[in-house]
Amino acid sequence: MSTSAEAATAFDAARRYRLHPQLALRTERFGALAYHYGNRRLTFLKSPQLTAIVESLSEHASVNAALDAHEVGAETRPALIRALARLHASEVIDVC
Amino acid sequence: MSADTASPELRDRFKHGLEAPICLTWEVTYGCNLACAHCLSSSGKRDPRELSTDECKSLIDQLADMRVFYVNIGGGEPMVRRDFLELVDHAVARKVGVKFSTNGALITPEAARRIASTDYLDVQISIDGATPETNDPVRGRGSYAMARRGMDRLAEAGFGPFKISVVMTRHNIPELDALEAIAQEYGAQLRITRLRPSGRGASVWDELHPTAVQQRELYEWLIVRPDVLTGDSFFHLSALGEPLPGLNLCGAGRVVCLVDPIGDVYACPFVLHDEFLAGNVRGPGGFAEVWRNSTLFAELREPQSAGACASCGLYDKCQGGCMAAKFFTGMPLDGPDPECVLGHGERELVKVAAGDRPPVPAGHSKRLRVG
Repeated sequence: MSTSAEAATAFDAARRYRLHPQLALRTERFGALAYHYGNRRLTFLKSPQLTAIVESLSEHASVNAALDAHEVGAETRPALIRALARLHASEVIDVC
Repeated sequence: MSADTASPELRDRFKHGLEAPICLTWEVTYGCNLACAHCLSSSGKRDPRELSTDECKSLIDQLADMRVFYVNIGGGEPMVRRDFLELVDHAVARKVGVKFSTNGALITPEAARRIASTDYLDVQISIDGATPETNDPVRGRGSYAMARRGMDRLAEAGFGPFKISVVMTRHNIPELDALEAIAQEYGAQLRITRLRPSGRGASVWDELHPTAVQQRELYEWLIVRPDVLTGDSFFHLSALGEPLPGLNLCGAGRVVCLVDPIGDVYACPFVLHDEFLAGNVRGPGGFAEVWRNSTLFAELREPQSAGACASCGLYDKCQGGCMAAKFFTGMPLDGPDPECVLGHGERELVKVAAGDRPPVPAGHSKRLRVG
């Protein structure tokens, strides 16, 4: 029963994350819509790149590894990490 | 729905349409035990052409395949369909969440227990005032007590935070605090929406819609209560200051649509009129074909002219308001909303002759008994 404790934990790009189990993702031209069946919130993923990274998070040992696999360079990395941290705060992704 | 506030860029993308609606309203029957004065769908009698149980399940399957996350089910009174809970179960099993609107009449203790035991099911019970004196003239004699009994039964069954849904009128705006208090009593969420001149609402809108002073009161009340749900209903009020939470755009045919009980697909829940009919789910290709390829929706996804509002500095905020409100009051679709907060709509409205308003068909209204 560590879910709420984990949700409160700060986002850490050195850890492995996954799509939240109660989340459904629908790809759209601008990125994706994410719907959380638990808190009934709709979140927008604002680019196809962010969407692809989110979908593949669980396949990588850490967020940093996922960003490497998507060839995210140093200049765009901070913005993507901020976007992922926001998605973590709204329970689109959680640590696994 | 509660959603992120969309950035202006994202809002522009939404205007070009999505792979599937974000918010789909499905009216499952025209049958209703009430005859509310402002009913958007002029409901009353069931229609013999209503979708069968199998057709409804097929539509749910199509929505699941399109990844529509949830449907807003309404009517009429959806619970008058004997297969209503069977359809809910089918939707939930396919991971299409259900939010349904009811007047509460058919929430028996047994139905309440069944509803409470279903995941991904949200319920909203409608009242249009904090007292029978305000509510019953609009929704019918005894309807307030009936709705409160339905709420009591959901609470007793341990349903959790249901929603109390209120259409805002000139008479209930002074009761906003009292309505909030009722919701708090139940641990419920308050949801307030805009009165539209659609369906039977066309004949009562002039006397029931909030005054300009009340609109401002409403905006000021809402802006400090981001937790009050609005279904993105009041985006025309965003011209009064900071935008209200939500997408703040007319989503008709772009992010929302409506499926009526006989399978007709309209651009939004407030325009059940031939002019905004995009197709029927019984046609080849089903719902997806209508959503993706109908001529009407393609037109709505084209850039729209701001018309008479183009020179207004607040157009970015209110987007010209609600298409349905303009259409049913006989105003041009590319002009101001009849409730434009700058008063442009009101000035236009007096120029509209009674004959310019589209005729209001009786729809499925029950014949009124005289005497």
